Amino acid sequence: MKATTREFKDNARAALADVGLQTALEKMETGFVVNRANAAAKLPEFEALRDQGRDIKNHTLENLDFYLEAFEAKVQEAGGHVHWAATSEEARNIILDICRSVDAKTVTKGKSMIAEEIGLNDFLEENGIAPIETDLGEYIIQLRNEPPSHIIAPAIHVSKSEVADAFHEAHTELDPGRNLDEPQALLDEARAMLRQKYIDADVGITGANYLIAETGSSVIVTNEGNGDLTQTLPKIHIAVASLEKVVPTLEDATALLRLLARSATGQEFSSYTTFSTGPRRSQDPDGPEQYHVVLLDNGRANLLGTEVRDVMRCIRCGACMNHCPVYSSVGGHAYGWVYPGPIGSVLTPTLIGVEEARHLPNASTFCGRCESVCPMRIPLPKLMRHYREKAFEEKLSPVTERAGLGLWAFFARRPSLYRWSTGLIISVLGVLGRRRGRFRSLPFTKGWTQYRDLPAPRGQSFQQQWAARSGRRTLGT
Amino acid sequence: MPETRPEVALFVTCLVDLFRPVVGFAAVDLLERSGCRVTVPAAQTCCGQPAFNSGDRGNAKAIAAQVIEAFEGFDYVVVPSGSCGGMLAKHYPELFEDNLEMKDRAYDFAARTHELISFLVDVRGMSAVDATFDGHVTYHDSCSGLRELEVKEQPRKMLAQVADLQLTELPGAELCCGFGGTFCVKYPDISNNMVGDKTADIKKTGADLVLAGDLGCLMNMAGKLKRDGSPVQARHIVEILAGMTDEPAIGEGQTE
Repeated sequence: MKATTREFKDNARAALADVGLQTALEKMETGFVVNRANAAAKLPEFEALRDQGRDIKNHTLENLDFYLEAFEAKVQEAGGHVHWAATSEEARNIILDICRSVDAKTVTKGKSMIAEEIGLNDFLEENGIAPIETDLGEYIIQLRNEPPSHIIAPAIHVSKSEVADAFHEAHTELDPGRNLDEPQALLDEARAMLRQKYIDADVGITGANYLIAETGSSVIVTNEGNGDLTQTLPKIHIAVASLEKVVPTLEDATALLRLLARSATGQEFSSYTTFSTGPRRSQDPDGPEQYHVVLLDNGRANLLGTEVRDVMRCIRCGACMNHCPVYSSVGGHAYGWVYPGPIGSVLTPTLIGVEEARHLPNASTFCGRCESVCPMRIPLPKLMRHYREKAFEEKLSPVTERAGLGLWAFFARRPSLYRWSTGLIISVLGVLGRRRGRFRSLPFTKGWTQYRDLPAPRGQSFQQQWAARSGRRTLGT
Repeated sequence: MPETRPEVALFVTCLVDLFRPVVGFAAVDLLERSGCRVTVPAAQTCCGQPAFNSGDRGNAKAIAAQVIEAFEGFDYVVVPSGSCGGMLAKHYPELFEDNLEMKDRAYDFAARTHELISFLVDVRGMSAVDATFDGHVTYHDSCSGLRELEVKEQPRKMLAQVADLQLTELPGAELCCGFGGTFCVKYPDISNNMVGDKTADIKKTGADLVLAGDLGCLMNMAGKLKRDGSPVQARHIVEILAGMTDEPAIGEGQTE
């Protein structure tokens, strides 16, 4: 996927002017946010569970090589295969080779952000294999030829009538006069269209929410059951996952599962939670003949031992973006790459570089709401600040911004000079602004006065007035 | 009345110093009423947050070291802002992780630092204020105060003591107003969307006055309300608690 992160400001401006998008985003606060708060409040041990989740992931990351190798051994023991992919390209080629081994024409896909990260759909299409998304949201955006705008609700930006339009356009074999006004009608149509595709597919590709070292299992959660059909019916199941999805034990996976749905949608548990271990055994009534896990690194191993490591605790619940005022202003596409919201503002510079993604960690007020709801207690503002520091060190921010900051810091580091110079400025502004008490515009303040009046200073600083008061204690004057 | 009068140094904050001195005087007044002796160290400018949040760690450290030096020897450092308070109490220690001597001083400094309202309520046990305000107000929880310093109930406890004051809770009080320091000028379109949502919520309460504990958020909200031609006014909460409301509200003219 070609990144448009450099155009973040333009993307954001367009998103703010998109009435349909703004209507869709307004629903987040009353949906996901309220539901998560209720689910957390109903579970007395929720905060303790967050600590436990953080500790499980920290322990795993500290011993990542051990648990990945243990996972690989268990997968092999169960008759499956593990493929190690250092880069997106390697992962794509591994998957293509597996598909070609059975001369695959179509593959069904469960929802997978890693598949988005490696650009799998476009690649398969270029190689003559048709990928079919089976998660309803993913199916909708595939028809619309768009990337997801949210990691758990990929089509959150699409209205019901836009879905109907996409279905009318894509499903040309159906009666063009049919009524698609009701959500149920859309759901029924998608289900009917997808049913035969599950049966016809040669390969089923899913992501994985967890990989369990103890058993060699991959775990997916869905609300539609589409993942189960995707991984059970075709001859081959490929689970594609990044390294940090591994957890030591079933116990650990279940602890994280208790956090995942509550943080994501406010459900206590997703409708379907499926554990897959190896291919179909002789006594199994169904299941794939081959089971493959593609483990993607894509630069993640380099994060171990660095201060960005904490981002690898992420379980992709989406709570950070649901609670982010910037995300809810501009939506996911404005972020310009695979992962939006606060987690995207950290992952994107991590994965594609801070030069490309400089805007994302900067476009935050550091309100801290993301960190306050992150089930894995990832210090997202701190990690965004880390990338701001990197961008500053590499002189990536605009010259004017750097010069302004340098000038301000020069005065801020010299208290006497600062008092004298700021005193002069506010005495002038105090006179100019005395009558109205505010300015509609001033030189060098467009960023502020474009949308807001600027309250005027009162003419004398607190320090000046304080020093002038007799009998008051001052220090250092 | 406590047996000893603790020595409190007031960190005025740059915005209060330059834009709204009355907040500083109200802070001094409330601190003295709570039994503290108040000093204002002259060698203070800004907490360094603009540098820290712009990735300029070098200048952030230099300013932090200067503040720590200037506020040495006081029992408490008190700040009429959750944002600057969070910088002093939570982020200064982070800046000196690699400098053993400064790290100790930064932790000691941080442990003595408090946001003003929470200091009055939690540390000084202030439970009554001698103030009257005949008006309908709402209150915005500034992000850093709320999430870094757990300032939530303290301002409400204090407002409940103000005679004649009517408080209507602000829907979405915990949502960011879109100020975010340099964010508001670096990403003005997004900031405007956020403050637009905030002022819409403020208007819904029917209050005549919005209060908060941070001048950055207040200037942002007041600036937006005034640009929209709204009659709703904005003040720092300490102006009400100290009864210092002769000054026109934020962004209001002398003759209005």
